[in-house]
Amino acid sequence: MHNLLHATVALGATKTPEAVQFWILAPLAVLAALGMLLVKKAVHSALLLAWIMITLAIFYIAEDALFLGIVQVVVYTGAVMMLFLFILMLVGVDSSDSLIENIRGQRGASFAAALGMAGLLTSLIGRALVGHSAVGLTSANSEGNVAGIAQLLFTQYVWAFEVVSALLITAALGAMVLAHTPKSHPSQRFLSTARFRGASLSTTAGLAASGVYARHNAVDVPALLPDGSPSQESISATLEARGDMMVSAPFEMQPQIEEEN
Amino acid sequence: MDLSYYLYLSAILFTIGAVGVAIRRNAIVVFMCVELMLNACNLAFVTFARFHGNLDGQVASFFTMVVAACEVVVGLAIIVTMYRSRRSASVDDASLLKR
Repeated sequence: MHNLLHATVALGATKTPEAVQFWILAPLAVLAALGMLLVKKAVHSALLLAWIMITLAIFYIAEDALFLGIVQVVVYTGAVMMLFLFILMLVGVDSSDSLIENIRGQRGASFAAALGMAGLLTSLIGRALVGHSAVGLTSANSEGNVAGIAQLLFTQYVWAFEVVSALLITAALGAMVLAHTPKSHPSQRFLSTARFRGASLSTTAGLAASGVYARHNAVDVPALLPDGSPSQESISATLEARGDMMVSAPFEMQPQIEEEN
Repeated sequence: MDLSYYLYLSAILFTIGAVGVAIRRNAIVVFMCVELMLNACNLAFVTFARFHGNLDGQVASFFTMVVAACEVVVGLAIIVTMYRSRRSASVDDASLLKR
């Protein structure tokens, strides 16, 4: 009987090394979290958050959650923090906060609300745990932590697992849609198609070049169209606006009259 | 050491994250504070799993991690889109709906 009682107590309370680890790492984590609030630059916040996440991974491993500890390192400190730093580089590393309060008294109110919430949570934790003793994971982890989690995941929680996989695909698609921007320049293919689909086919082969063929080919002389009228589109709009434009009629080829007959 | 100290740490981290969401202006920092809150919840889940002696809490924590990863992907895409349209990642500048 005494042995059994002793075993329960030993499972409920943590061993000394874990306590030492906790009392070293937990204050550091809290300090890093406070630093996250107080430092000005976003990159420093990101580094402090990475430190908190690594600390939490160590705690998970200490709490018999080996799988979660490793997933924490791989997913959070590896993927998520890398993504954060990547976006910080994209948005501008030295983008720092403005310290002007837009809503008056917002900071004081937030701190007061936070104190209230901390008090509430603390009292709730204290009240929830009173009279209960911890069981410990020795029996649940008897086949290994990964095997135990896999057994739950693929039997009891298999539906949630499938839904989460659908969520992952949806999130990836959503990110692609959000990050996609239309091309700023129309492609050559689009331009050529648009030329043929226009109201008239007269400019399909391109605009007429300036100058009257064989008589004058300066850029300030409008070209003559087959019907003899000058084409305004053949010279630059700037020249036309400046008035630096010649009349093309004098350079027009006159039909030669046979004088001998 | 009692297991409840982990829960107290989790509560403290959660509160600090909530304060960060309330007072910081940079959208990315706000987002990181949300991540801190999610991590604090995970610590509570893992501790409760150990407290009750079954692995359901760890499975819940695992799902939280997956959902947090999705949230980061979509949220950061939204921040990038916001930055592209108004050249700023400050939450104060996203006030188009105010007036």
